[in-house]
Amino acid sequence: MEVLRRYEPIVEDFEAFRAACERSLPSVVRVNTLKTTVERAREALAEEDISHEPTGWHDGVLKLPEGDPGSNWPYIQGWLHGQEEVSALPPLVLDPQPGERVWDAAAAPGSKTTQLAALMDDEGLLVATDNNLGRLSALRSNAERLGVTNLAVTNEDARNHSLKPFDGKSYDRALVDVPCSCEGTIRKNPDALEQWTFEHVQGVAGVQKGILRRAIEATRKGGTVVYSTCTFAPEENEAVLDSALEKHPCRLVEVELPLQSRPGVTEWEDESFDPNVRKARRIYPHFNDTGGFFVAKLEVTE
Amino acid sequence: MTDSDRDGDTNAPENDSERFDRLPETEAEREVPGRPTREAVLDFWADRFGVPPETFDDHTFWERGSGKIWAFCGDLPSPVEIEALGMTFLRTRQEHWKPTLEAVQRFGGHAEKNVIHLSRDESRRFLAGEDQEPAWDGDWGYLIVTHNLAGEREPLGVGLYVYDELRSQVPKGRRRNL
Repeated sequence: MEVLRRYEPIVEDFEAFRAACERSLPSVVRVNTLKTTVERAREALAEEDISHEPTGWHDGVLKLPEGDPGSNWPYIQGWLHGQEEVSALPPLVLDPQPGERVWDAAAAPGSKTTQLAALMDDEGLLVATDNNLGRLSALRSNAERLGVTNLAVTNEDARNHSLKPFDGKSYDRALVDVPCSCEGTIRKNPDALEQWTFEHVQGVAGVQKGILRRAIEATRKGGTVVYSTCTFAPEENEAVLDSALEKHPCRLVEVELPLQSRPGVTEWEDESFDPNVRKARRIYPHFNDTGGFFVAKLEVTE
Repeated sequence: MTDSDRDGDTNAPENDSERFDRLPETEAEREVPGRPTREAVLDFWADRFGVPPETFDDHTFWERGSGKIWAFCGDLPSPVEIEALGMTFLRTRQEHWKPTLEAVQRFGGHAEKNVIHLSRDESRRFLAGEDQEPAWDGDWGYLIVTHNLAGEREPLGVGLYVYDELRSQVPKGRRRNL
């Protein structure tokens, strides 16, 4: 928890933030609209006397205060998928449409991938990439259980993603939900900060920049790239955006979120960032009683 | 079809387990001996389960590994060398073709025959991987198993009915004790 002390200069009501980080989060499931409706999924949960309530901001994202989201009939039927509440945001911000070409650049284990497929109504091409074969097998299992069929999965380093198997055509949209220091998942994984080192933050930031660069390159002019992390570290958030704005053909656009959020920070320690990074959004655990998150939306300009 | 069919012509192109090859439309277009055709796959679903061929109008079928058929919504230039393409859909290596649990859950709602409906207690045993003896006076072979969920019949998986017994085909990784 001491790691979080570094964010005191940028977080409002820091003690409430610290206190929220120490509370655990309830299980949350997303209804898979490829296989059922929100109404029927809730009816199936009620049949098994599983208490559940919609989150205030999304009918299809349900909190299950008690119990294991994976041990019930609607889960077996592929109607539900366990997913942290804030992790349902990036696909909504990306807003993929049926029939489009969409890339999920760091996809495993597939919570957001399968949500993208549902938003696309399983129509169009959805490419999911990850460099970890073990985690890809979890992604494949999730995608099949949820009935996704418009998905092509590649095992490669996203920084070198090849469009060759896909006609060489660029994407309409890309989700860059990168590997990160995961500080924002502390309420789910109390040991998330135990391995924290500044060297890791710096190293992973290099990978994040590389994946975002490849996503911007692989997306058509006028297309959308969403960048997200589950960490508070500006090195992995605003600094990565600042670098992309400087080096690659893109601009940040405003994001409207259904949850309370704060703008990206323009000053951190000795650095200052492009003022446009304020268009990115920071989600803190104490404002909505969720995990922590960071999300930004970019438009590709060339 | 049996394995020996595939070994009959050593000069013919072979199935490559590292990549996805789109199924030929018909036998006339077939280059790899023994590879199922799209026509045969559509006929299988229609003949065995009464699933109308147009159910799959948006899907292409692909083989990776001998007799492992995948269904992908859309199309790509064949062959495709990637990790996965759509969902695993059908096993055609043995004499009797077997749909996957995932394909049945996704498309089995269109089935009109060789469908066995289980009670809650029976479906619980089926999901746990148990064999059982429910009433059935239809064909032997692979059946689509349905159960009631939220007021409607939903396809749950595949059972093999032989010798008056329904053998659960739920893969080990998908079995649960509910």
